[in-house]
Amino acid sequence: MNRYLLRRLAQSAIAVLGTVTLVFFIQRLAGDPTLLMLPEGATREDIETLRRQLGFDRPVIEQYLDYVWQLLRLDLGQSLVQRLAVGDIIASRLPYTLYLAAAALVVALGIGLPVGVLMAVKRDTRLERLLVAFVLIGQSMPTFWSGILLILFFAVTLGVMPASGVDGFHSVILPAIALGALTMATFARVTRTAVLEELSRDYVPAAQAKGLRFRAVVFSHILRNAATPIITVSALEIANLLAGAIIVETVFAWPGLGQLAVQSIAARDFPIVQGIVLLGSFVAISLNLLADILYSVVDPRIRLEGRA
Amino acid sequence: MTDLAANPPPAVPAPAAPVRQLGYSVRAIWPFLVIFGGFVLLALFAPLIAPNDPNSQNLLARLRPPGTTARGIFYALGTDEVGRDLLSRLIYGARVSLLVAFLSVLVSTVLGTTLGMIAGYYRGWVEVIIMRLVDIVLSIPAILLAIITVAVLGPGLQNLILVLGFTRWPRYARVAYGQTLVVMNLPFVRASRFIGARTPRLMLRHILPNIAGAVIVVATLEFGLMVLFEAGLSFLGLGVQPPTPSWGSILSVGRNYMATAWWIATFPGICLFLLALSINLIGDHLRDRLDPRSKR
Repeated sequence: MNRYLLRRLAQSAIAVLGTVTLVFFIQRLAGDPTLLMLPEGATREDIETLRRQLGFDRPVIEQYLDYVWQLLRLDLGQSLVQRLAVGDIIASRLPYTLYLAAAALVVALGIGLPVGVLMAVKRDTRLERLLVAFVLIGQSMPTFWSGILLILFFAVTLGVMPASGVDGFHSVILPAIALGALTMATFARVTRTAVLEELSRDYVPAAQAKGLRFRAVVFSHILRNAATPIITVSALEIANLLAGAIIVETVFAWPGLGQLAVQSIAARDFPIVQGIVLLGSFVAISLNLLADILYSVVDPRIRLEGRA
Repeated sequence: MTDLAANPPPAVPAPAAPVRQLGYSVRAIWPFLVIFGGFVLLALFAPLIAPNDPNSQNLLARLRPPGTTARGIFYALGTDEVGRDLLSRLIYGARVSLLVAFLSVLVSTVLGTTLGMIAGYYRGWVEVIIMRLVDIVLSIPAILLAIITVAVLGPGLQNLILVLGFTRWPRYARVAYGQTLVVMNLPFVRASRFIGARTPRLMLRHILPNIAGAVIVVATLEFGLMVLFEAGLSFLGLGVQPPTPSWGSILSVGRNYMATAWWIATFPGICLFLLALSINLIGDHLRDRLDPRSKR
């Protein structure tokens, strides 16, 4: 472990603590958090009882320390509707979201990488312009709309895909495309820039002068050098995919964390919402850290300089 | 996590032919300016342009396809599940969409720029606190932050604007901070400091005009994102509440009638797509023009 990594680790720990603090205080934005946890039309006594039960009548700082201590023991509290531990409920939904995000990542990489390479290699041709349009569409289509269009076309009109729910391998295809589109566009853009940069390096004409065919140069030299930014972007994009899943899961009735979050807001089940937000932020912070570590491994300048 | 001041110097000599970092550029930007301008006009003059009242229901003309006439009213884009004119709702929807995006961008621009400038100007512990807060807020996925805040405050137009404004300011803070650090070291700023210019004058007369370009670029790109965020949250039922027409909430109703009434989900989607596309391209274009150093 060198100083740079230690420093990044400490920063991430502070970010996690900060997130916990922020979430704690957001709860209190509305005034009394017990109001968030009771159904509308609760009586005054109900409110009083719950407040005492949950300890909201104590000083805020004491509540805050309690809250942090509880989270340190990985205890996310109890669902108000289902009377189950929030951790268990989240754990039961998490695999679906991970499955969907992984499938979307496959779609994004599988299409984004080749498209990006083609855009760079075929620069200023009609093909590039076509691909640019394709990428722009992927980037500007809101996922809830592309999801609906996919259902309209493949499920309603053609009837070849299930419209929603989880039922075998088929059912992940449409949501994965809807979720992966934006990430695909990002991959294509990053790959294009990286490949273009490598194309302008001196080793390219050198390799060609050596008698290597252009295609071989692209595959054996350029792609290997261009991989760095693509790998780092991947870590960040996984976080985006998980966040995007909230909307896609609602469109496709996919029983993951996103759907759970939306349902829990509607049911006023605040502990679950909070658990999902904390988990999501923790994952995002970890992925950010991972991206920086990856980057410092492949580019020692960052590590040695100490401050990025 | 890099800011402009701390960018590592390039180790390799600059490539012979400058590569356009941004990637592709769209040659003709004016069609997209026209599209964007069109939506702005629709939003501004919605009451004059909309053929019908967006909220008046006609239960005898529910789910009619585009181009039908019912009881002497012509429905160019059809009607929704309670017989409201879809075209008029879309026109008023442009109003909601642009209003929320504009005001939330305004909130986050003012907040973020101010805090970023303060951090870059005073340095020391002020800088540490503000920039750490920036890191923390940025590390929470924006949609999650928006969701938990809406869950607490409750949905609605006003809360939506505040939520978006208060979750997005760190983007501006980071840019304003980085640029302020650069500007503070420019000879004319140092000179005016030496001759005794005070803090407000330095900030407003010297620093702000010099960082404005970079902030505007961020604001433009964020504007497109805010349009999609508003629609997304309204789609989830966490944004603008019925009967106020929002493209996002119209889409979510359309989702339930996909098999029988394709038009309800299709047209608001097209509007949203065109608006987001034109704003993104205008933003990219501005970035190319105003900030040649920008990457990605």
